Amino acid sequence: MSHGRDNHARPYGVVGSFTTPEALLEAAQRAKDAGYRHMDGYSPIPVEGLADVVGRPKDWMLTGLVLGAGATGAIVGFALEALTSAVSYPHNVGGKPLVSIPMFFPVLYECTILFAAAAATFGMFAMNDMPKPHRPVFNAEAMVRASQDRFVLCLEASDPNYDLDRAMAFLRDQGAETVEEVWTSEGY
Amino acid sequence: MAAEDTRTSQLLPGEWSNKTVDDSLVEIVLDQKRHEQAQVKLPKILDDALPPVAKSPWAIMLGTGFVFVNVLLLTITILVLTGIGVWGNNQPAGWGMDIINFVWWIGIGHAGTLISAILLLLRQQWRNSINRFAEAMTIFAVMCAGIYPLLHTGRPWVAYWLFPYPNVLAMWPQFRSPLVWDVFAVSTYFTVSLLFWFVGLVPDFATLRDRARSRGAQIVYGMLAMGWSGSAKAWHRYQHASIILAGLSTPLVLSVHTIVSFDFAMSIVPGWNVTVFPPYFVAGAVFAGFAMVILLAIPIRKWYGLESFITMKHFDWMAKVMLATGMIVAYGYCAEVFYAWYAGEPAELALLYNRGNLANAPYSWSFYALILFNVLAPLPLWSAKVRQNLKALFWISLSISIGMWFERFVIIPVSLTRDYLPSAFGYYSPTIVDYGMFAGTIGLFIFLMFLFIRFLPMINIFEIKELLHHKEHEEHHRNGHAGHAAEHSNGVHTTAGEDKR
Repeated sequence: MSHGRDNHARPYGVVGSFTTPEALLEAAQRAKDAGYRHMDGYSPIPVEGLADVVGRPKDWMLTGLVLGAGATGAIVGFALEALTSAVSYPHNVGGKPLVSIPMFFPVLYECTILFAAAAATFGMFAMNDMPKPHRPVFNAEAMVRASQDRFVLCLEASDPNYDLDRAMAFLRDQGAETVEEVWTSEGY
Repeated sequence: MAAEDTRTSQLLPGEWSNKTVDDSLVEIVLDQKRHEQAQVKLPKILDDALPPVAKSPWAIMLGTGFVFVNVLLLTITILVLTGIGVWGNNQPAGWGMDIINFVWWIGIGHAGTLISAILLLLRQQWRNSINRFAEAMTIFAVMCAGIYPLLHTGRPWVAYWLFPYPNVLAMWPQFRSPLVWDVFAVSTYFTVSLLFWFVGLVPDFATLRDRARSRGAQIVYGMLAMGWSGSAKAWHRYQHASIILAGLSTPLVLSVHTIVSFDFAMSIVPGWNVTVFPPYFVAGAVFAGFAMVILLAIPIRKWYGLESFITMKHFDWMAKVMLATGMIVAYGYCAEVFYAWYAGEPAELALLYNRGNLANAPYSWSFYALILFNVLAPLPLWSAKVRQNLKALFWISLSISIGMWFERFVIIPVSLTRDYLPSAFGYYSPTIVDYGMFAGTIGLFIFLMFLFIRFLPMINIFEIKELLHHKEHEEHHRNGHAGHAAEHSNGVHTTAGEDKR
């Protein structure tokens, strides 16, 4: 996928809209069976099982990121406390030890949660390629309702199997309410 | 029986579809007329001519909130110009209404996280229609709470000294102090709540973006939606991240109020140094938070016609959660008394005397007020009929909110003004600035809540649609596969069973 500027609009794919999540799921499954590989479904609600059909993202990436960030948070929290309390600014308070793990636990814990939550949020956005206000698929008229009450399937032109007429006919055969061709915008 | 019928009423009765869910929820944000002032005094004939949904006292509520926001700004100005001597704080009562209000507000915030995180993990779908504004409530309550410790430092312009940053004095925060833990706990809590709230809003922003009529709204909601496409892959990661965030928020919410209770429990002041504090504070927070959710939900549901989304079943279950946590809080009061009596320590016994002796101890009335508002007033909730009565629920929730404020009052001035040494005994009375600031934060809370209702979807649109889909699916399984096609052409049918998943 090219993120660079491209001054020529190219065909992006064919978009068909369905009225129910079940119809979308079924159409996606048939498209997969028919050999389409580059496709995505767009829906106002998560459709269970659709990600498996169109290409499920790897769960371990986000999980691993959160785990790593959490561990980093714990280390950063503890290092911050230990270094400042024992090295930079040693100060005896009520005879407590300089490095007192029970007393350090709350801050360590909060740092762990903070880092992990930030990683989960920003990692999810980054992996979903957000923020990105415009996407080629938004050029499809059906997409306006994909955030409301329609379930949209896009067969992408990057698929080696792609053929405009066949793809349109395929979506119509699946009972799509609307079928349209989508082009990328200039510069995308 | 009428009460039974309303309790089993459905979440989405009638012919609801994705479209009608959008129409009713998105229009609250996009249709300005809905927020027009209620015209209660119109003659009957005119009143009937107006569409019933096109009125809510939004402007009155926002205006009232705005007046008190100004009171807050005024009191803050007086405080900053003069110093915290304008508060009633003194020696020995170094903590007064500022910390009472801080703990009270933080506690109110907790129900939001509880509803959005713990109930999400437990797959309690009934949470869907109340989680969004409960989360907003959390954020606004924590904002109100944050004002107090900031101003309590006396020099809020150097409040950043609380955070560890390399400075020319080479001084660092004292990490063995519960007050520094508090800084970390509250700021983490606020940040994570904000992230969780924003993540939840993104798909709804996309819906608003696509339905917005004005160019300005399209741009603003478009930026907030950040290019959300609703792609299957994006949804997959989104759900994964939501569950992770819920999993992280759950221990976080418990830790925050535990740490707030450490502010007290780590000390050796009689009445503070009790091991029951952490769980009892957490339960109290959930208790106060659910009371506030009910206080807000009852009028908002009525004004915006949300009866199909927030049902009597929600109130019933929230009341049950309130009852359960209220019992834990009541147990906490008993445990405190028992510890003092069983330990037989003179200072602890003196505390019991100070709380209980109406004739000779200055603040003992507050302890009885606490028992009345917090322990006795919620007892009618055992009855299903009371849980079904919105008026009763409203008054009980109000009583709990007041009672939880008294709980912190009993803990703070009663303990501080009767310490170990009679020479350190004192008295605390709040000043007009204290009261003004408290009223001001309540105003700020109302102001922010009503701005939120107007500009953001107060009910999670996509989760309601998801719920609708699941209900359809349940029906489908019940009817067998033959009924499938008929169902979809007929729109949605609600199921007879309860959504207990």
